[in-house]
Amino acid sequence: MSASVERLQLHVPEPSGRPGCQTDFSYLQLSPAGSVDKPPIDVLPVDTASLASQLIRILDEEGNAVGPWAEDLPVDLMQTGLKAMLKTRIYDARMMTAQRQKKLSFYMQCLGEEAIAIGQTLALRPDDMHFPTYRQQGILIAREAPLEEMICQLLSNENDPLKGRQLPVMYSYRDLGFFSISGNLGTQYIQAVGWAMASAIKGDTRIAAGWIGDGATAEGDFHAALTFAHVYCAPVILNIVNNQWAISTFQAIAGGEGITLANRGLGYGIASLRVDGNDFLAVHAVSKWAAERARRNLGPTLIEWVSYRAGPHSTSDDPSKYRPANDWEQFPLGDPIERLKQHLIKLGAWSEDQHEQTRKILEAEIAEAQKRAESHGNFTSDHIPSAADMFEGVYKDLPPHLRRQRQQLGK
Amino acid sequence: MNTQTKTDTPLADGARTTMTMIQSLRSAMDVMLDRDENVVVFGEDVGYFGGVFRCTDGLQKKYGSSRVFDAPISENGIAGAAVGMGAYGLRPVAEIQFADYVYPAVDQIVSEAARLRYRSVGQFTSPLVFRMPCGGGIYGGQTHSQSPEAIFTQVCGLRTVMPSNPYDAKGLLIASIECDDPVIFLEPKRLYNGPFDGHHDRPVTPWSKHPLSAVPEGYYNVPLDSAAVVRPGKDLTVLTYGTTVWVALAAAEETGIDAEVVDLRSLWPLDLDTLVASVKKTRRCVVVHEATRTCGFGAELVSLMQEHCFHHLEAPIERVTGWDTPYPHAQEWDYFPGPERVADALKRTMAER
Repeated sequence: MSASVERLQLHVPEPSGRPGCQTDFSYLQLSPAGSVDKPPIDVLPVDTASLASQLIRILDEEGNAVGPWAEDLPVDLMQTGLKAMLKTRIYDARMMTAQRQKKLSFYMQCLGEEAIAIGQTLALRPDDMHFPTYRQQGILIAREAPLEEMICQLLSNENDPLKGRQLPVMYSYRDLGFFSISGNLGTQYIQAVGWAMASAIKGDTRIAAGWIGDGATAEGDFHAALTFAHVYCAPVILNIVNNQWAISTFQAIAGGEGITLANRGLGYGIASLRVDGNDFLAVHAVSKWAAERARRNLGPTLIEWVSYRAGPHSTSDDPSKYRPANDWEQFPLGDPIERLKQHLIKLGAWSEDQHEQTRKILEAEIAEAQKRAESHGNFTSDHIPSAADMFEGVYKDLPPHLRRQRQQLGK
Repeated sequence: MNTQTKTDTPLADGARTTMTMIQSLRSAMDVMLDRDENVVVFGEDVGYFGGVFRCTDGLQKKYGSSRVFDAPISENGIAGAAVGMGAYGLRPVAEIQFADYVYPAVDQIVSEAARLRYRSVGQFTSPLVFRMPCGGGIYGGQTHSQSPEAIFTQVCGLRTVMPSNPYDAKGLLIASIECDDPVIFLEPKRLYNGPFDGHHDRPVTPWSKHPLSAVPEGYYNVPLDSAAVVRPGKDLTVLTYGTTVWVALAAAEETGIDAEVVDLRSLWPLDLDTLVASVKKTRRCVVVHEATRTCGFGAELVSLMQEHCFHHLEAPIERVTGWDTPYPHAQEWDYFPGPERVADALKRTMAER
């Protein structure tokens, strides 16, 4: 058979690691800490090409902060970040357990990804607006959302601020700059761009942060967001959290094989960076850089955060069916909490004892908040939001047909 | 045809100008851009060029390109950006060039704009208007003629509106822009330049020959959720909207049947009281729309009338609609529910004992 009649073959990407074998993480192009340049904030998008392929990292293997991106970060800010990460992880663990105990119907943790949402939030101003996915609860923890109220949302009880209308974890905190979460993937990415355009239209100084996972970058709204962000030079940070997995689907199926997701930004004319998502210092420094860029009308920045989804996708998922059980231990960028802890200890600004003590205080704080929240019932109890309220808020005012339906329900 | 609303809205004071529907829609946007600095207008070709139908002509020059601007060819992008702007606090009036091209935006409209107030318990809202030219009768073929209203009337949280004349077009568009709920504003492009009763073989009359083209220059509104009895009658009720309002009027004239023609104006939520009062009075009902029949909006109208007027009805409720086919090109007038088909339905309904 000559080459000209060779039969075509469909290529379907596969992860190297499946249950029972090891993942070969060499597909991740890693750069040594401190090795990637820090361009000026007015860099031309086209000149960020190498940054979209390399990996910006500050913390080295020994926990030292090295290279041009290393900032003179105040110790208390790093301590705040570490505490927020710890708090998020403890909160997640408790809520996972609460779901197993059938106190709540569903939960999604962000185990291993805590540095990204928290590092960025601490680099932005309190009135900048985040358009998160369901895996950026760290934003709320960093902005000190009331834990009891958050848990009431998870429980859908009588004190649920969203009145039982939303699935657990679909929080909404306008006053904390946390946009209402939708179950529809990718939709909030272009909305973040629209919000940023509005801020520019009004001559405001606030910026927006859009969030998306690796899998959802395949959605059409991702493309729309990058196009609009570039066209209107919108003051927005476009975050891609590449945790390698979209439920059971390896990131190669989302288009990450042989090319980084950050590279996509370049084609749209957007300054694009690829960053160690488990390096709190790198997250903070790059977020600050991107925020400054947006605030000075220099345009959007796309950032691929390289991390690993250490936990199951959700409480409805069992990752042992599609990936190695010990995958996170093998992931070369490690654990964001351990890495920042090591750095702070090295600076003499933290200790194992302090860490343990802080963990205990946070455990107690969260347990107490959970207890108070549970005293208001949960979705299986009688203490749920009123059924009459179910008809409110569909429109600004209750229209006649909903009034009739509410009467039919007898409420 | 005189617009009589159940609330008997007084016509606005002030100078009137003869306007086509295109001009009256532009005037509505002009008025609202002037009154409310949070109003922004954008979409494909709406900026410098003034829109492929001229509906935004001159607005960018008057208000600047940060208030009126061109958008990339991306309906999901337009709709999604509008949702984000609404969440910020603006009042975007976004244009989808043809209703036939709204489908890429449906996720943003259905999953986001329509649900945002509900799911955030009012923390975020969607005070948005999506304008889109709709309807056939223009040899537009499959993708320049559709009437997708039933896709939107079925979505909780949306308001769907369709005017049939310049006066209502301006008043309803102003009311839609002021409304804090998301509004799908469908504009029958066959009516842009003049009324059209389905007699395609006759010369078209321009709006200037019609009293409803006398439009106040300044601010007024036509309330949402209010139908208009455009032809009082006692024999039967025709429930319709958009271009087929004019078709129904012609059919009534030509058959001599004293039909009460009700222009819904707001499709959903609708003015149920006006519809029910009319059908209870005439005891017969015909529903007319351009859209395809099965699961079209007419099915909901038939169902509502059956539910609320069952003991008053003396004949089965008929529907005259587009056929359950894609909108064809060459067979335009076999597809479009013209005055003959409507007249036949009126006669059949009257013949029922």
